[in-house]
Amino acid sequence: MARMTMVQALNLALTQEMENNEAVIVLGEDVGVDGGVFRVTNGLIEKYGTDRCVDTPLAEGGIIGMALGMAIYGLRPVAEIQFSGFIYQGFHQIEQHVARMRWRSRGRFTAPMVIRAPYAAGVRALEHHSESREVYFAHTPGLKVVIPSSPRNARALLVAAMRDPDPVIFFEPKSIYRAFREDVPEEEETMEIGKSVRVREGDDLTLVSYGAMMRPALEAAETLAEEDGIDAELIDLLTISPLDDSLFTKSVEKTGRVVVVHEAHRSFGPGAEIVSRIIEKSFWYLEAPVKRVTGFDVITPLFAREQVYLPDYHRVLRAARETLSV
Amino acid sequence: MPREVVELSYKVEHLSILDKDGNLDEALEPELTDEFLLSLHRWMLLGRRFDERMLSLQRQGRIGTFAPITGQEAANIGAASALRDSDWMVVAFRETAGELMRGRSLVDTLLYYGGYNEGGYIDKGVNNLPVAVPVGSQTLHAVGIAWSIKYRGGDDVAMVFFGDGATSQGDFHEALNFAGVYQVPAVFVCQNNQWAISVPREQQTRSKTLAQKALAYGVPGIQVDGNDVLAVYTAAAEAIDRARTDKGPTLIEAVTYRMSVHTTADDPSRYREDEEVEKWAERDPITRFQIYLEHKGLLDDKKIETLEEDVAQQIRDAVQKAEEVMGDSVDPLGMFDYMYAEPHGYLMAQREELAAELEAKEAHRG
Repeated sequence: MARMTMVQALNLALTQEMENNEAVIVLGEDVGVDGGVFRVTNGLIEKYGTDRCVDTPLAEGGIIGMALGMAIYGLRPVAEIQFSGFIYQGFHQIEQHVARMRWRSRGRFTAPMVIRAPYAAGVRALEHHSESREVYFAHTPGLKVVIPSSPRNARALLVAAMRDPDPVIFFEPKSIYRAFREDVPEEEETMEIGKSVRVREGDDLTLVSYGAMMRPALEAAETLAEEDGIDAELIDLLTISPLDDSLFTKSVEKTGRVVVVHEAHRSFGPGAEIVSRIIEKSFWYLEAPVKRVTGFDVITPLFAREQVYLPDYHRVLRAARETLSV
Repeated sequence: MPREVVELSYKVEHLSILDKDGNLDEALEPELTDEFLLSLHRWMLLGRRFDERMLSLQRQGRIGTFAPITGQEAANIGAASALRDSDWMVVAFRETAGELMRGRSLVDTLLYYGGYNEGGYIDKGVNNLPVAVPVGSQTLHAVGIAWSIKYRGGDDVAMVFFGDGATSQGDFHEALNFAGVYQVPAVFVCQNNQWAISVPREQQTRSKTLAQKALAYGVPGIQVDGNDVLAVYTAAAEAIDRARTDKGPTLIEAVTYRMSVHTTADDPSRYREDEEVEKWAERDPITRFQIYLEHKGLLDDKKIETLEEDVAQQIRDAVQKAEEVMGDSVDPLGMFDYMYAEPHGYLMAQREELAAELEAKEAHRG
């Protein structure tokens, strides 16, 4: 075990998988000599050469389209899009080809590839560097969308993504890239994609979240226990699509109350799907209206206002107390 | 600081071997066996007749929208015939003749255009990607395949087809650029058929040729008479040879003409004159090649008649088989297949929901 940041843990996953499997090719802008603008791919070019850690021209559509050709041929490309805000230059490749290659060829050709991108707000970045638009991808059948919340699960999920037979959009919440460290085992560790986890048990309230919002959600749960004598259960989705509703719907059947927390805009956001599943499966157990603590339905503001825009501990706590007061 | 001129030396070669009346430039005649020459002719003819049959099936409502290839048989077959089986063919949607030559089944083609996903399957061992409708998007897949061939140390090539309209798309430029940077074994075949639905070639780009687009990316470009199957074959064979011997990608502009509609949903009388079509009819790729083969003593009226009968029978059999498969015999639940390697629970629940719905409808009908 070593104490690692998420950046180091992701780097460990890439390094070990490239060591294990010569079909794994990392490609993207500045991933080679520079080691990636966040250093996630640091050292790969030195270890595996320019053939396996490929600096590409500056064209996101080119990166994703070329990666798809590599995947069809039988390689395991891991494409980095430098920031998720620039993935739209390649969105057509994802929507029109990556997501549907297996389906449209009736299984003859598949797209076992990972598209990694730093995503979401919180690092005082420029415009287009702070958005949370995971629903664009979650809404496209054929894709898997994974968003880790800690160094250890980021490492384990990235390994799983690189071995997945289907395309995985892997969004890395960059505000927690280096925000905290966690013990990460040196030996191989994977987690199943499409499975949520319960990180805190409780009988009074269900909190559902993922990514960087897990931290304020957990802090709020702890305060509720200390100050209100409330035991909140906290579910970390980890995979946005396909959405694992088994834990949170069961949890709601126990608690009757739910608050969903995410950075993404509220309307038509992941919370809309989460709450719909609860309504479909566990409606009769609800004792209070559901609450969503989310980014607002405005363009993600420039960084002077981003902390106000983002859900935080106080907003989660307030929403939880309101839900509990019904 | 003075203004200086950066000298660029670049010329676009235009290659033509058979003139419009089928007369040969003997110095340029490729050395091909009689058997190979006759196979080129047979596949071109099959492409034409299959196109005609599909058009009538579409007009009768027996299949859906498709993009005819009539007039572009030489561009299709000249390029595809220069590939070997282990090479890759990455298509847009106006390469049916070439796809068939490479082993794509007629029945699957009919099923696909008949609206059945089952027709999207490409037989194992046939290295053709499925039809790519979004214009130009497939060019990058060929670059990725070619990159992988090079990475694995193989000597196959990836050939990608697209039209004149695609040269305005970003993907085309990104693909040529990536191919140039990594010097991958890719061959870009532009079927310049003069029209992108209603927009003529000269409104698509100010460039004098499409082949010159390669210049900007340090990739060689050549223009060929796309209605001359020998010229297309020769240019493709040269480009493939370069790719196989690690000399990088090539762009071929095959100058041809879309004799028919863009797709069966299109009405060309809104934007082009019949005279133009008639002018191009004089350059018909099959007629020209037939004259050449007759001069060589390989074809005569009797042989053509037999060949026409063979081709007609092959098409009849395929249509009959495809229509047997179509309709109720294809399970609607097939839409849920091949979404993921392992379908997830919520998807399976929706499949069951539809299954119950269909059963209820069936019971109601019964």
